[in-house]
Amino acid sequence: MAQHQVNYASAGGLPVALTTVDHLVNWGRSNSLWPLTYGLACCAIEMMASGASRYDFDRMGTIFRASPRQADVMILAGTLSKKHAEFARRLYDQMTEPKWVISMGSCANTGGMFNTYATVQGVDRIVPVDIYLPGCAPRPETLQYALMMLQKKIRRESANMKNNTKSNLRLI
Amino acid sequence: MRKYTPKDNVQGKAYYTDRYHVVPSVPTFDVATDEVFAKQLATLESKVAVKSAKIMLGQMIVEINAEENFKALETLKNECGYAMLSEMSAVDYLAKDGNFEVFYQMLNLKEVKRMRLVCRVTKGQAVESVVPLYKSANFAEREMFDMFGIVANNHPFMKRILMPDDWEGHPLLKTYPLHGDEFASWYEVDKIFGKDAREAIGPENRDQAQVERYDTKRFSRVGYEVPFGADISEGETETPIEYSKTLLVDYTKNSGKQMDKRK
Repeated sequence: MAQHQVNYASAGGLPVALTTVDHLVNWGRSNSLWPLTYGLACCAIEMMASGASRYDFDRMGTIFRASPRQADVMILAGTLSKKHAEFARRLYDQMTEPKWVISMGSCANTGGMFNTYATVQGVDRIVPVDIYLPGCAPRPETLQYALMMLQKKIRRESANMKNNTKSNLRLI
Repeated sequence: MRKYTPKDNVQGKAYYTDRYHVVPSVPTFDVATDEVFAKQLATLESKVAVKSAKIMLGQMIVEINAEENFKALETLKNECGYAMLSEMSAVDYLAKDGNFEVFYQMLNLKEVKRMRLVCRVTKGQAVESVVPLYKSANFAEREMFDMFGIVANNHPFMKRILMPDDWEGHPLLKTYPLHGDEFASWYEVDKIFGKDAREAIGPENRDQAQVERYDTKRFSRVGYEVPFGADISEGETETPIEYSKTLLVDYTKNSGKQMDKRK
Protein backbone atom coordinates (compact mmCIF):
# COMPACT_ATOMS: atom_id res chain seq x y z
CA MET A 1 0.00 0.00 0.00
CA ALA A 2 1.12 3.45 -0.75
CA GLN A 3 2.23 5.55 2.09
CA HIS A 4 0.44 8.86 2.18
CA GLN A 5 2.95 10.58 4.22
CA VAL A 6 3.37 14.20 3.31
CA ASN A 7 6.39 16.06 4.26
CA TYR A 8 5.52 19.64 3.52
CA ALA A 9 9.03 20.84 3.93
CA SER A 10 10.45 18.40 1.38
CA ALA A 11 7.58 17.47 -0.97
CA GLY A 12 6.68 20.69 -2.70
CA GLY A 13 6.36 23.16 0.08
CA LEU A 14 3.69 24.41 2.44
CA PRO A 15 -0.08 23.64 2.10
CA VAL A 16 -0.65 26.78 0.12
CA ALA A 17 -2.57 27.11 -3.11
CA LEU A 18 -1.63 30.03 -5.22
CA THR A 19 -4.18 31.79 -7.38
CA THR A 20 -5.19 35.21 -8.53
CA VAL A 21 -7.79 37.38 -6.90
CA ASP A 22 -9.82 37.19 -10.08
CA HIS A 23 -9.92 33.40 -9.97
CA LEU A 24 -10.78 33.29 -6.31
CA VAL A 25 -13.56 35.84 -6.52
CA ASN A 26 -14.99 34.41 -9.71
CA TRP A 27 -14.87 30.92 -8.27
CA GLY A 28 -17.13 32.12 -5.50
CA ARG A 29 -19.38 34.14 -7.74
CA SER A 30 -19.86 31.53 -10.40
CA ASN A 31 -20.67 28.75 -7.99
CA SER A 32 -23.31 30.60 -6.06
CA LEU A 33 -25.40 32.22 -8.75
CA TRP A 34 -28.63 33.17 -7.11
CA PRO A 35 -31.36 34.01 -9.59
CA LEU A 36 -34.33 36.16 -8.81
CA THR A 37 -37.64 34.31 -8.43
CA TYR A 38 -39.23 36.13 -11.29
CA GLY A 39 -41.33 34.57 -14.04
CA LEU A 40 -43.13 36.31 -16.85
CA ALA A 41 -44.88 33.62 -18.89
CA CYS A 42 -44.76 29.94 -19.85
CA CYS A 43 -40.93 29.88 -19.85
CA ALA A 44 -41.23 30.43 -16.11
CA ILE A 45 -42.87 26.99 -15.87
CA GLU A 46 -39.71 25.47 -17.30
CA MET A 47 -37.66 27.62 -14.96
CA MET A 48 -39.66 26.28 -12.03
CA ALA A 49 -39.10 22.74 -13.28
CA SER A 50 -35.37 23.47 -13.39
CA GLY A 51 -35.50 24.54 -9.79
CA ALA A 52 -37.50 21.55 -8.63
CA SER A 53 -36.14 18.21 -7.54
CA ARG A 54 -35.98 16.40 -10.89
CA TYR A 55 -33.57 18.82 -12.54
CA ASP A 56 -32.30 20.23 -9.26
CA PHE A 57 -30.69 23.60 -9.73
CA ASP A 58 -29.50 23.59 -6.13
CA ARG A 59 -26.71 21.15 -6.89
CA MET A 60 -25.09 23.87 -9.00
CA GLY A 61 -25.32 26.36 -6.18
CA THR A 62 -28.22 28.04 -7.91
CA ILE A 63 -30.87 28.94 -5.37
CA PHE A 64 -33.80 31.13 -6.31
CA ARG A 65 -34.05 34.15 -4.07
CA ALA A 66 -37.27 36.01 -3.39
CA SER A 67 -35.66 39.41 -3.14
CA PRO A 68 -33.73 41.32 -5.79
CA ARG A 69 -31.38 42.50 -3.03
CA GLN A 70 -30.13 38.95 -2.56
CA ALA A 71 -30.11 37.91 -6.20
CA ASP A 72 -27.37 38.33 -8.75
CA VAL A 73 -28.88 36.71 -11.83
CA MET A 74 -32.08 37.83 -13.45
CA ILE A 75 -33.70 35.19 -15.64
CA LEU A 76 -36.20 36.97 -17.85
CA ALA A 77 -38.41 33.98 -18.56
CA GLY A 78 -41.20 34.81 -20.95
CA THR A 79 -42.99 37.53 -22.88
CA LEU A 80 -42.26 40.98 -21.57
CA SER A 81 -45.16 43.33 -22.22
CA LYS A 82 -44.56 47.05 -22.61
CA LYS A 83 -46.69 47.73 -19.57
CA HIS A 84 -44.46 45.51 -17.46
CA ALA A 85 -41.09 46.62 -18.89
CA GLU A 86 -40.82 49.43 -16.37
CA PHE A 87 -41.15 47.02 -13.44
CA ALA A 88 -38.70 44.50 -14.87
CA ARG A 89 -36.16 47.29 -15.19
CA ARG A 90 -36.90 48.42 -11.62
CA LEU A 91 -36.21 44.91 -10.33
CA TYR A 92 -32.99 44.85 -12.28
CA ASP A 93 -31.98 48.19 -10.78
CA GLN A 94 -32.71 46.89 -7.29
CA MET A 95 -30.29 43.99 -7.66
CA THR A 96 -26.85 44.55 -6.22
CA GLU A 97 -23.72 44.51 -8.35
CA PRO A 98 -22.35 42.34 -9.81
CA LYS A 99 -25.42 41.16 -11.70
CA TRP A 100 -26.09 39.18 -14.83
CA VAL A 101 -29.11 38.65 -17.05
CA ILE A 102 -30.27 35.55 -18.88
CA SER A 103 -32.85 36.17 -21.58
CA MET A 104 -34.82 32.93 -21.66
CA GLY A 105 -36.88 31.92 -24.68
CA SER A 106 -37.82 33.44 -28.01
CA CYS A 107 -40.17 36.04 -26.57
CA ALA A 108 -37.56 37.48 -24.25
CA ASN A 109 -34.90 37.37 -26.97
CA THR A 110 -36.76 39.07 -29.80
CA GLY A 111 -40.42 39.36 -28.92
CA GLY A 112 -40.94 35.95 -30.51
CA MET A 113 -44.26 35.37 -32.15
CA PHE A 114 -45.74 38.42 -30.41
CA ASN A 115 -44.90 40.86 -33.16
CA THR A 116 -47.45 43.31 -31.81
CA TYR A 117 -47.77 46.80 -30.35
CA ALA A 118 -47.87 45.61 -26.73
CA THR A 119 -44.76 43.41 -26.51
CA VAL A 120 -41.17 44.51 -25.93
CA GLN A 121 -39.21 43.32 -28.99
CA GLY A 122 -36.33 41.79 -27.07
CA VAL A 123 -35.50 42.46 -23.44
CA ASP A 124 -32.10 43.82 -24.46
CA ARG A 125 -33.97 47.03 -25.14
CA ILE A 126 -34.31 47.58 -21.41
CA VAL A 127 -31.60 45.52 -19.63
CA PRO A 128 -28.10 44.39 -20.71
CA VAL A 129 -28.28 40.68 -21.52
CA ASP A 130 -25.41 38.22 -20.94
CA ILE A 131 -26.86 35.00 -22.30
CA TYR A 132 -29.55 34.63 -24.94
CA LEU A 133 -31.21 31.26 -24.52
CA PRO A 134 -33.20 30.16 -27.58
CA GLY A 135 -36.24 27.91 -27.48
CA CYS A 136 -39.98 28.06 -27.14
CA ALA A 137 -39.95 27.15 -24.38
CA PRO A 138 -36.37 26.01 -23.60
CA ARG A 139 -36.28 22.76 -21.68
CA PRO A 140 -34.81 22.71 -18.16
CA GLU A 141 -31.60 21.12 -19.45
CA THR A 142 -31.20 24.08 -21.78
CA LEU A 143 -31.59 26.53 -18.95
CA GLN A 144 -29.02 24.60 -16.96
CA TYR A 145 -26.68 24.72 -19.93
CA ALA A 146 -27.24 28.48 -20.20
CA LEU A 147 -26.40 28.82 -16.55
CA MET A 148 -23.23 26.78 -17.03
CA MET A 149 -22.28 29.03 -19.94
CA LEU A 150 -22.86 32.02 -17.68
CA GLN A 151 -20.61 30.43 -15.06
CA LYS A 152 -17.97 29.95 -17.72
CA LYS A 153 -18.33 33.56 -18.75
CA ILE A 154 -18.01 34.80 -15.19
CA ARG A 155 -14.86 32.74 -14.64
CA ARG A 156 -13.24 34.42 -17.61
CA GLU A 157 -14.25 37.89 -16.56
CA SER A 158 -12.28 40.26 -14.42
CA ALA A 159 -13.41 40.29 -10.81
CA ASN A 160 -13.55 44.04 -11.04
CA MET A 161 -16.71 44.53 -13.05
CA LYS A 162 -15.54 47.92 -14.26
CA ASN A 163 -12.91 46.22 -16.39
CA ASN A 164 -15.49 44.12 -18.19
CA THR A 165 -16.23 46.49 -20.98
CA LYS A 166 -17.61 45.28 -24.25
CA SER A 167 -14.25 45.39 -26.00
CA ASN A 168 -12.52 43.63 -23.12
CA LEU A 169 -14.77 40.57 -23.04
CA ARG A 170 -13.06 37.37 -23.96
CA LEU A 171 -14.72 34.61 -25.90
CA ILE A 172 -16.35 31.74 -24.12
CA MET B 1 -61.93 15.07 -60.40
CA ARG B 2 -61.82 18.62 -59.16
CA LYS B 3 -61.31 21.28 -61.78
CA TYR B 4 -57.74 22.56 -61.88
CA THR B 5 -57.26 26.20 -61.08
CA PRO B 6 -53.85 27.92 -61.14
CA LYS B 7 -52.51 28.23 -57.63
CA ASP B 8 -49.91 30.94 -58.17
CA ASN B 9 -50.70 34.26 -56.57
CA VAL B 10 -53.93 33.06 -55.02
CA GLN B 11 -53.65 35.58 -52.21
CA GLY B 12 -53.62 38.57 -54.54
CA LYS B 13 -56.98 37.63 -56.01
CA ALA B 14 -60.49 37.57 -54.66
CA TYR B 15 -61.55 34.27 -53.14
CA TYR B 16 -64.64 33.94 -55.32
CA THR B 17 -64.64 34.84 -58.98
CA ASP B 18 -67.59 32.66 -59.82
CA ARG B 19 -70.27 35.04 -61.04
CA TYR B 20 -73.00 32.81 -59.65
CA HIS B 21 -71.35 32.50 -56.27
CA VAL B 22 -73.54 33.58 -53.41
CA VAL B 23 -71.79 34.48 -50.17
CA PRO B 24 -73.23 32.19 -47.51
CA SER B 25 -75.25 34.07 -44.96
CA VAL B 26 -76.71 33.10 -41.64
CA PRO B 27 -80.44 32.53 -41.97
CA THR B 28 -82.57 35.13 -40.24
CA PHE B 29 -85.96 34.41 -38.71
CA ASP B 30 -88.80 36.56 -37.53
CA VAL B 31 -89.12 36.98 -33.76
CA ALA B 32 -92.72 35.76 -33.96
CA THR B 33 -91.43 32.25 -34.75
CA ASP B 34 -90.31 31.81 -31.13
CA GLU B 35 -93.00 32.49 -28.58
CA VAL B 36 -90.63 33.06 -25.63
CA PHE B 37 -88.66 35.65 -27.58
CA ALA B 38 -91.87 37.22 -28.93
CA LYS B 39 -93.17 37.68 -25.40
CA GLN B 40 -89.88 39.18 -24.22
CA LEU B 41 -89.76 41.52 -27.20
CA ALA B 42 -93.30 42.73 -26.50
CA THR B 43 -92.25 43.52 -22.92
CA LEU B 44 -89.20 45.37 -24.18
CA GLU B 45 -91.17 47.32 -26.79
CA SER B 46 -93.50 48.61 -24.12
CA LYS B 47 -90.56 50.33 -22.40
CA VAL B 48 -88.10 51.42 -25.09
CA ALA B 49 -88.10 52.09 -28.81
CA VAL B 50 -86.95 49.01 -30.69
CA LYS B 51 -85.36 49.74 -34.03
CA SER B 52 -85.16 46.18 -35.29
CA ALA B 53 -85.43 42.64 -33.98
CA LYS B 54 -84.61 39.26 -35.49
CA ILE B 55 -83.51 35.73 -34.60
CA MET B 56 -80.16 34.42 -35.84
CA LEU B 57 -78.54 31.15 -34.72
CA GLY B 58 -81.24 30.72 -32.11
CA GLN B 59 -80.54 34.07 -30.48
CA MET B 60 -82.68 37.15 -30.53
CA ILE B 61 -80.86 40.28 -31.72
CA VAL B 62 -82.53 43.55 -30.79
CA GLU B 63 -81.32 46.96 -31.83
CA ILE B 64 -82.23 50.00 -29.77
CA ASN B 65 -81.14 53.60 -29.41
CA ALA B 66 -77.92 54.05 -27.45
CA GLU B 67 -79.56 56.55 -25.07
CA GLU B 68 -81.97 53.89 -23.79
CA ASN B 69 -79.45 51.12 -23.10
CA PHE B 70 -79.82 51.27 -19.32
CA LYS B 71 -83.60 51.23 -19.43
CA ALA B 72 -83.62 48.35 -21.90
CA LEU B 73 -81.22 46.26 -19.83
CA GLU B 74 -83.20 47.03 -16.68
CA THR B 75 -86.32 45.71 -18.37
CA LEU B 76 -84.53 42.63 -19.67
CA LYS B 77 -83.08 41.86 -16.27
CA ASN B 78 -86.13 42.47 -14.11
CA GLU B 79 -88.99 41.46 -16.40
CA CYS B 80 -87.55 39.09 -19.02
CA GLY B 81 -85.32 36.98 -16.77
CA TYR B 82 -81.93 37.81 -18.31
CA ALA B 83 -79.99 37.52 -15.08
CA MET B 84 -76.56 37.35 -16.64
CA LEU B 85 -74.55 39.66 -18.85
CA SER B 86 -72.09 37.20 -20.38
CA GLU B 87 -70.21 39.74 -22.45
CA MET B 88 -70.25 43.30 -23.62
CA SER B 89 -67.96 45.28 -25.83
CA ALA B 90 -68.01 47.15 -29.10
CA VAL B 91 -67.29 46.59 -32.80
CA ASP B 92 -65.51 49.17 -34.91
CA TYR B 93 -67.60 50.00 -38.01
CA LEU B 94 -66.10 53.48 -38.39
CA ALA B 95 -64.80 52.81 -41.87
CA LYS B 96 -68.09 51.25 -42.98
CA ASP B 97 -70.71 53.64 -41.66
CA GLY B 98 -68.94 55.96 -39.24
CA ASN B 99 -69.98 54.52 -35.89
CA PHE B 100 -69.42 51.79 -33.33
CA GLU B 101 -71.76 48.96 -32.46
CA VAL B 102 -71.96 48.42 -28.70
CA PHE B 103 -73.36 44.99 -27.88
CA TYR B 104 -74.61 43.35 -24.71
CA GLN B 105 -74.71 39.56 -24.80
CA MET B 106 -77.32 38.30 -22.31
CA LEU B 107 -78.20 34.92 -20.88
CA ASN B 108 -81.50 33.83 -19.38
CA LEU B 109 -80.70 30.87 -17.15
CA LYS B 110 -84.32 29.89 -16.38
CA GLU B 111 -85.66 29.70 -19.90
CA VAL B 112 -82.26 28.87 -21.43
CA LYS B 113 -82.32 31.73 -23.89
CA ARG B 114 -79.61 33.99 -25.17
CA MET B 115 -80.09 37.38 -26.73
CA ARG B 116 -77.97 40.29 -27.88
CA LEU B 117 -78.86 43.91 -27.38
CA VAL B 118 -77.04 46.17 -29.82
CA CYS B 119 -76.90 49.92 -30.23
CA ARG B 120 -74.94 52.27 -32.43
CA VAL B 121 -72.82 55.12 -31.08
CA THR B 122 -70.91 57.69 -33.07
CA LYS B 123 -67.28 58.51 -32.40
CA GLY B 124 -66.96 60.46 -29.16
CA GLN B 125 -70.42 59.52 -27.94
CA ALA B 126 -70.68 57.93 -24.50
CA VAL B 127 -73.05 55.22 -23.29
CA GLU B 128 -74.60 54.92 -19.87
CA SER B 129 -72.84 52.46 -17.58
CA VAL B 130 -74.80 49.33 -16.66
CA VAL B 131 -72.67 48.44 -13.63
CA PRO B 132 -75.61 49.05 -11.22
CA LEU B 133 -77.44 46.23 -13.03
CA TYR B 134 -74.64 43.82 -13.83
CA LYS B 135 -71.38 43.63 -11.91
CA SER B 136 -69.67 41.93 -14.84
CA ALA B 137 -70.03 45.15 -16.82
CA ASN B 138 -67.46 46.82 -14.60
CA PHE B 139 -64.36 45.33 -16.22
CA ALA B 140 -66.07 44.94 -19.60
CA GLU B 141 -66.84 48.64 -19.87
CA ARG B 142 -63.32 49.51 -18.83
CA GLU B 143 -62.01 47.23 -21.53
CA MET B 144 -64.36 48.82 -24.06
CA PHE B 145 -62.99 52.21 -23.09
CA ASP B 146 -59.41 50.95 -23.24
CA MET B 147 -59.72 49.29 -26.61
CA PHE B 148 -62.14 51.64 -28.44
CA GLY B 149 -62.27 54.87 -26.44
CA ILE B 150 -66.01 54.63 -25.78
CA VAL B 151 -66.67 56.11 -22.34
CA ALA B 152 -69.32 54.65 -20.04
CA ASN B 153 -70.98 57.45 -18.06
CA ASN B 154 -71.35 57.04 -14.28
CA HIS B 155 -68.95 54.11 -14.21
CA PRO B 156 -67.46 53.69 -10.71
CA PHE B 157 -63.83 53.51 -11.93
CA MET B 158 -63.47 54.57 -15.52
CA LYS B 159 -59.83 53.99 -16.43
CA ARG B 160 -57.82 51.73 -18.69
CA ILE B 161 -57.74 48.07 -17.75
CA LEU B 162 -55.27 46.35 -20.10
CA MET B 163 -52.97 49.04 -21.43
CA PRO B 164 -50.88 51.28 -19.14
CA ASP B 165 -52.58 54.40 -17.82
CA ASP B 166 -50.35 56.72 -19.81
CA TRP B 167 -50.91 54.89 -23.09
CA GLU B 168 -51.98 56.86 -26.12
CA GLY B 169 -54.47 55.45 -28.59
CA HIS B 170 -57.03 52.68 -28.49
CA PRO B 171 -55.53 49.48 -29.92
CA LEU B 172 -58.64 47.64 -31.13
CA LEU B 173 -59.62 50.39 -33.54
CA LYS B 174 -59.28 49.24 -37.13
CA THR B 175 -57.07 52.23 -37.82
CA TYR B 176 -54.54 51.26 -35.13
CA PRO B 177 -51.47 49.57 -36.69
CA LEU B 178 -50.70 46.04 -35.49
CA HIS B 179 -47.07 46.87 -34.80
CA GLY B 180 -48.08 50.03 -32.94
CA ASP B 181 -47.73 53.68 -33.77
CA GLU B 182 -44.67 55.76 -32.94
CA PHE B 183 -45.75 56.25 -29.34
CA ALA B 184 -46.15 52.50 -28.85
CA SER B 185 -42.85 51.57 -30.46
CA TRP B 186 -40.88 53.86 -28.12
CA TYR B 187 -43.07 53.41 -25.06
CA GLU B 188 -40.73 51.39 -22.84
CA VAL B 189 -37.64 53.33 -23.90
CA ASP B 190 -39.26 56.69 -23.23
CA LYS B 191 -40.65 55.55 -19.93
CA ILE B 192 -37.50 53.94 -18.52
CA PHE B 193 -34.63 55.92 -20.01
CA GLY B 194 -36.26 59.04 -21.43
CA LYS B 195 -36.49 60.23 -25.00
CA ASP B 196 -32.77 60.99 -25.14
CA ALA B 197 -32.02 57.26 -25.13
CA ARG B 198 -33.91 56.63 -28.36
CA GLU B 199 -30.86 57.16 -30.50
CA ALA B 200 -28.62 54.85 -28.47
CA ILE B 201 -31.15 52.02 -28.26
CA GLY B 202 -32.46 52.29 -31.79
CA PRO B 203 -35.77 51.35 -33.35
CA GLU B 204 -37.46 48.01 -32.82
CA ASN B 205 -36.49 45.20 -35.14
CA ARG B 206 -39.76 43.90 -36.54
CA ASP B 207 -38.19 41.66 -39.19
CA GLN B 208 -38.30 38.13 -37.83
CA ALA B 209 -35.96 36.73 -40.49
CA GLN B 210 -33.34 39.46 -40.49
CA VAL B 211 -29.78 38.33 -41.25
CA GLU B 212 -26.99 40.86 -41.15
CA ARG B 213 -24.62 40.09 -43.98
CA TYR B 214 -21.38 41.35 -42.45
CA ASP B 215 -22.08 40.56 -38.78
CA THR B 216 -19.71 37.72 -37.94
CA LYS B 217 -20.55 37.77 -34.24
CA ARG B 218 -24.20 36.82 -34.28
CA PHE B 219 -24.69 35.09 -37.63
CA SER B 220 -23.04 32.02 -39.10
CA ARG B 221 -22.50 31.23 -42.75
CA VAL B 222 -22.48 27.54 -43.60
CA GLY B 223 -19.66 26.87 -46.04
CA TYR B 224 -18.29 30.36 -45.53
CA GLU B 225 -17.12 30.11 -41.93
CA VAL B 226 -14.86 32.85 -40.68
CA PRO B 227 -13.39 33.51 -37.25
CA PHE B 228 -15.64 35.18 -34.67
CA GLY B 229 -15.70 38.91 -35.16
CA ALA B 230 -13.69 38.86 -38.39
CA ASP B 231 -14.10 41.73 -40.79
CA ILE B 232 -15.56 40.35 -44.02
CA SER B 233 -16.57 43.61 -45.64
CA GLU B 234 -13.81 43.03 -48.20
CA GLY B 235 -15.17 39.62 -49.11
CA GLU B 236 -14.76 36.18 -47.68
CA THR B 237 -13.22 32.90 -48.78
CA GLU B 238 -15.18 29.74 -49.19
CA THR B 239 -14.35 27.07 -46.64
CA PRO B 240 -14.71 23.54 -48.01
CA ILE B 241 -16.81 21.33 -45.77
CA GLU B 242 -14.67 18.65 -44.15
CA TYR B 243 -16.32 15.36 -43.39
CA SER B 244 -15.19 13.02 -40.69
CA LYS B 245 -12.59 10.52 -41.88
CA THR B 246 -13.45 7.93 -39.28
CA LEU B 247 -17.21 7.76 -39.43
CA LEU B 248 -17.91 8.03 -43.13
CA VAL B 249 -17.07 5.13 -45.42
CA ASP B 250 -15.83 6.04 -48.85
CA TYR B 251 -18.01 4.05 -51.21
CA THR B 252 -16.31 5.45 -54.27
CA LYS B 253 -13.42 3.04 -53.69
CA ASN B 254 -13.70 -0.30 -55.46
CA SER B 255 -16.82 0.92 -57.17
CA GLY B 256 -15.90 -0.98 -60.30
CA LYS B 257 -15.62 -4.25 -58.42
CA GLN B 258 -17.66 -7.05 -59.90
CA MET B 259 -19.83 -8.50 -57.17
CA ASP B 260 -21.22 -11.44 -59.05
CA LYS B 261 -18.40 -13.50 -60.44
CA ARG B 262 -20.62 -15.44 -62.81
CA LYS B 263 -21.11 -12.40 -65.07
